[in-house]
Amino acid sequence: MPPENDQPARQAAAAVARRSYGKLVAFLAARTRDVAGAEDALSDAFAAALADWPSSGIPSSPEAWLLAVARRKMIDASRRRRSHEDAAGYLRLLQEELEAAAASETQIPDDRLLLMFACAHPAIDPGIRAPMILQTVLGFDAATIASAFLVSPATMGQRLVRAKKKINQAGIPFRLPERADLRERLAAVLGAIYAVFSEGWSDPAGTETRRRNLAEEGIWLGRLVVALLPQEPEGLGLLALMLHAEARRGARRNPQGEYVPLADQDPQLWNTPLIEEAEALLLRASRMGAVGRYQLEAAVQSAHVVRRLTGKSDWAAIERLYDALAAIIDSPVVAINRAIAIAETRGPAAGLLALDALAGDARLAEYQPYWAARAGLLARTGAQAAADQAYERAIGLEADPAVRRFLQQRRAQLNDRSDATQFSA
Amino acid sequence: MKYMLLIYQNEAGMLATSKEQAGQILAAYGAYTEAMKKAGVHVNSNRLRPTASGTTVRVANGKTEVLDGPYAETKEQLGGYYMIDVPDLDAALSWAARCPGASHGTMEVRPIWEM
Repeated sequence: MPPENDQPARQAAAAVARRSYGKLVAFLAARTRDVAGAEDALSDAFAAALADWPSSGIPSSPEAWLLAVARRKMIDASRRRRSHEDAAGYLRLLQEELEAAAASETQIPDDRLLLMFACAHPAIDPGIRAPMILQTVLGFDAATIASAFLVSPATMGQRLVRAKKKINQAGIPFRLPERADLRERLAAVLGAIYAVFSEGWSDPAGTETRRRNLAEEGIWLGRLVVALLPQEPEGLGLLALMLHAEARRGARRNPQGEYVPLADQDPQLWNTPLIEEAEALLLRASRMGAVGRYQLEAAVQSAHVVRRLTGKSDWAAIERLYDALAAIIDSPVVAINRAIAIAETRGPAAGLLALDALAGDARLAEYQPYWAARAGLLARTGAQAAADQAYERAIGLEADPAVRRFLQQRRAQLNDRSDATQFSA
Repeated sequence: MKYMLLIYQNEAGMLATSKEQAGQILAAYGAYTEAMKKAGVHVNSNRLRPTASGTTVRVANGKTEVLDGPYAETKEQLGGYYMIDVPDLDAALSWAARCPGASHGTMEVRPIWEM
């Protein structure tokens, strides 16, 4: 068939794929507990759409069309297998199909949250939870996820297959956990959502549409959790944290595409409605009386952006918040940020002492922010040579070219200053 | 779905408990089994005699080999099981957590592979 006819159908299929992939997988998986089968059936349905839509036209409800085809594929597949477990899922699907036929304009129920709870179930290996959510709810392929999580595509593929099989065979439910387990299980879901968001956030230039979408998808998943579980303060906290970060997206690069650190950002470029939404969420969360990691991290952001009103970040509050965070999570990121806050409240020498306390942590040898923070504080105490060495390590560890250039500039300024000192001496 | 709740515990420790303690544990298991029956999830259950009473059998090169003792020497031994029929893994896990075996040993929850 001529390619010009093909184009709108392809675009329509791609649009539905982006918008509704996770919803359709969740709907099918929640009724069969067969995540891999749901994905296979859907990919068959998308292939069928590409074959059918160019000649018969794009259906009035592409989502319903795809779901109907995918359902038929799943039923066919389970008929072929004919095992006991499949039979129950098969009958449930048939029943759903009958119901859908009775009311042709039914809204497809949104089971994505249930799918997330299944992916983040305690019986699933913690390391594979975020990748599973990326794949099943957002439709990323194993190779893309593998590169984001720094493992080989083959390994990631195998781990995803194994986890889906576990959901199916162990009978992991697609429903909200019992009240007593909710908080703990929600923490796993939130952790996975934050991993999705952070992956998108790691492309600050916004050049890669796929990654920017990830930050948006993370926020979207966060909103979904808040809408469905409005009484969970950590869900509110995570959404507030992501909105705060998102509010500053535009300010992280200057018009030339160069990196601008938070302290140098122009508050005029921050997105005020997003900040206000984040602040309102955080306030709501704080009234629920259960402080947690995401609320504390969002509060740190809040203490930074208070600068748009007062002209100065509230470093004393930031130090206290990182103290509280350090007490609940063992993370070099928290420890480094705490040291930076201490440098602001008590001077660079005190900040350096706090960094020195981390020196035994083997993870830091490869961790750019540690060396960048160290270099910045050494420079401020006048230890030029040590600062120069630390900048060199930070530059060598950085993957983002804009940040690398920024660090190189800082390093050059350091040497300019030392030259100036030499000349004046 | 049917699940097997396998109770692993330190057999030597269990055999060394006082008569009074053993009685308490037995009573706890009795109450647990009864609760399962009342909830309509109990399919069957059994206690196993100690591993010393076990015998392993295998056929190699057409020759039947019979050995005294358990299949493998482990720190904790399979001491009994419950088979239950519940809607999903969460339900199975919450029953496993209630088993007296969960507090003095380890429960393994395995789905039954229906044939």
